Amino acid sequence: MQLSTRSKVVSNKQMTFAERLYLPAILSGLSITIKHFFRKKATISYPEVKREFSEVYRGQHVLKRDDQGAERCTACGLCAVACPAEAITMTAAERKKGEEGLYREEKYASTYEINMLRCIFCGLCEEACPKEAIFLTDRLVPTDFGRNSFIYGKDKLVETIEERIDVSKRQTEAVLEFKQQKQLSHNINQSK
Amino acid sequence: MTSFLLYKLILVVIIFTITLVVAMYATYGERKVASFLQDRIGPNRAGPFGILQPLADGMKFFMKEEIIPDVSNKFLFILGPCIAITTALMAGVLIPWGGTIIIGGQEYSLQIADINVGILYVFGVVSIGVYGILIGGWASNNKFSLLGAIRASAQMISYELAMGISIIALIMMTGTLSLNEITLQQAGGTDGHWNFWNVVYQPVGFLLFIICAFAECNRAPFDLPECETELVGGYHTEYSSMKLGFYLFAEYINMFISSAVISTLYFGGYNFPFMNELGLDHNTLTILGTVALFAKIFFFIFFFMWVRWTLPRFRYDQLMNLGWKSLLPLSIANLLVTAIVLILTQK
Repeated sequence: MQLSTRSKVVSNKQMTFAERLYLPAILSGLSITIKHFFRKKATISYPEVKREFSEVYRGQHVLKRDDQGAERCTACGLCAVACPAEAITMTAAERKKGEEGLYREEKYASTYEINMLRCIFCGLCEEACPKEAIFLTDRLVPTDFGRNSFIYGKDKLVETIEERIDVSKRQTEAVLEFKQQKQLSHNINQSK
Repeated sequence: MTSFLLYKLILVVIIFTITLVVAMYATYGERKVASFLQDRIGPNRAGPFGILQPLADGMKFFMKEEIIPDVSNKFLFILGPCIAITTALMAGVLIPWGGTIIIGGQEYSLQIADINVGILYVFGVVSIGVYGILIGGWASNNKFSLLGAIRASAQMISYELAMGISIIALIMMTGTLSLNEITLQQAGGTDGHWNFWNVVYQPVGFLLFIICAFAECNRAPFDLPECETELVGGYHTEYSSMKLGFYLFAEYINMFISSAVISTLYFGGYNFPFMNELGLDHNTLTILGTVALFAKIFFFIFFFMWVRWTLPRFRYDQLMNLGWKSLLPLSIANLLVTAIVLILTQK
């Protein structure tokens, strides 16, 4: 069966004199490489020129705040459970009186750490989160020397109040609806 | 006498500097040409367009730790790169870099030494260069280095034969060994009385010469002495720091000198077409001639790199087959044909 027209019949025939000279072959090789010499280069000079990312690129995580600036995360641990690389750890704490502006609900994550060396940027934490708190963004995790600096705590993950990180492109109606259905199907499965 | 010595000294220093600078920037050129042929940009971080890259590389070579293996022969280990770079630099003396410049009624030649056995001297010096590689490889006391060194010497001896014989054909035609006279014979000519470049009369000789020049310089596709993939760097496996730098530098100087010799012998040296029709004064013509020579040299250096990044390396038996079974008979045939044609035309 012929799958494509690109197949070539292999032959073991003797080379002709012109082929044994090698010079024509060398010349054609040289002409191929010189064509590449003048071709447009594929390189993107990274820090100056940045490659355009997809709107749903899965890069460094962000922990979102709500409109009032309170942290959305309630330390439910669903992201840590969902994480296939076991990169997420957290400890929960109870909100004290007077901290209502800082944390959205009564429970919050006092520490929240993602090990960026373990993370595979699959986005399952984002999918699992019922509070719309964690998102992956189009920011890259910068390189560093040593391993400890790759364990990102809340200082690096939580967005600042002044500089909100826009996730509207990935938090579309369709995504929210998908999440709702997922929660529902989860409940249905439980009730069975 | 003192003024003569001073003028020669100045010339030597200038040529020495130019050779080193060209070799230095040939490393940069090599990387740029390689990257352009492979659709990349190449070094562009050190200075504008990476112009300062060779300086950074040189600095790196000087700063690196210098390791001399315990089991090596220390004297020979240090002697190896010294011979390699010295012989590489010595050949530049013979190249006619330009015509003559007249300053204050005095005529100064731009060639350091116009000795009557010119091309033989170049050959002699270049073949000493293999000692640098051989001694370095042997003194390292390392299998890979020794293999590389043996390959280098076998390769150089094999290809020197074909190279020498292809040159003999040229010398029979020109009737002189002096590089300056060979250049002058290729000068433009006037009034329909044309002198052509030697490549027109000796195309096969030129082809043989340039193939052998690739082999003599240990350049791809004949870079078996230092093939990284098989011999971990070949004869310079054990070398580090500036001693390694000297070996690499010697290779680029050799490439520069070979390009200069090819341009001089086959492509008219510092002559360029219609040079006598322009009606320029003597000094301007000389400077233009030198520029033309360097343009030719740079083209051949580019050609060396172009071939390196196009062709794969020969296998060792293929190398020997090519040298002994193809190039040597071909060069002898070229010699015979040249001799017969010369006898027939001289009557």
